[in-house]
Amino acid sequence: MDYAASDPVASVGRMPVTIKILIAGGFGVGKTTLVGSLTEIRPLRTEEPLSEPGAAVDRLDGVERKSTTTVALDFGRITIRENLVIYLFGTPGQERFWFMWDELARGALGAIVMADTRRLADCFPSVDYFEQRGIPFVVGVNCFDGARRFRPEAVRSALDLDPLVPVVLCDARQRATCRDALIALVEHALHVLRNHPQYASAAAAPQPAPAGEPAQ
Amino acid sequence: MPSPDDHWLDEEAGPVVRPYALIRGRTRASGETLDLIAIITAVRGVQLDPSSLDPEHLEVLRLCRLPTSVAEIAADLDLPLGVVRILLGDLRERSLIAIHNPIPPARLPDVQILKEVVDGLRRL
Repeated sequence: MDYAASDPVASVGRMPVTIKILIAGGFGVGKTTLVGSLTEIRPLRTEEPLSEPGAAVDRLDGVERKSTTTVALDFGRITIRENLVIYLFGTPGQERFWFMWDELARGALGAIVMADTRRLADCFPSVDYFEQRGIPFVVGVNCFDGARRFRPEAVRSALDLDPLVPVVLCDARQRATCRDALIALVEHALHVLRNHPQYASAAAAPQPAPAGEPAQ
Repeated sequence: MPSPDDHWLDEEAGPVVRPYALIRGRTRASGETLDLIAIITAVRGVQLDPSSLDPEHLEVLRLCRLPTSVAEIAADLDLPLGVVRILLGDLRERSLIAIHNPIPPARLPDVQILKEVVDGLRRL
């Protein structure tokens, strides 16, 4: 929806452009560390009614007696310049919080899917999620101490990735490598927007929340 | 085998709370759901009626003297996102805030913006 007509500030033309990037991957793969290497992390709490996660029917002003649960997300901000800001959102690592992903993914420029080569399967659900929705993503292989180093091509093959999807090696503790992963993602998104606009428009459109998504 | 409810109630799920008293028990905002990165700006020069606003509404308005995203309002005020959305819905109904929705990536004005982002990231 476009509020510009009734928005006295937007008409000045100085409203910020905001860009949303998700940091996904399995539990304990280094998502929080990566966000923290790039920016100050602020916890963001969201809450959901416990009794009907993802329910389609919203009551408006009714006083409801349902309990809610809170889930904390990692949230960071990178200011490129005045009025051009990147927001990073760490996705919840556990599958039962999938109901939050559709909101997080809506309108996202793309995602970094963190992978740990010792537990590569942990990132399958994230890869599936972004592939199915046509949201540009790169796979960031977190090079933990003691983890066997694999060539990016080996990881690509193990994940059965589209040849276009970049695989980058990074160390979530090292700001420079995290920044490079972010650059790889933005460049990839740029490429996708230019060459495959149908993907990008699919990603931008609100997605109905599929029940039980994704299948394990 | 835990019951379906137990499945949710552990440390990872966070504390179980009643819907917040400060928003009078409401759990859903009125109107369209605000995007996490929509930018909220307090409308200037409006006469506020403090009797119709809670302290939290006033805090949101204070924070939004400068354009501020929905997610930042929640993080800065340390309130859950759902609570902030309800407060913003109240303020929207009273025409006290301007909402600037994010531009979907496919409709970014031009790719120049993303090139600027790449250049900006290289300087980090």
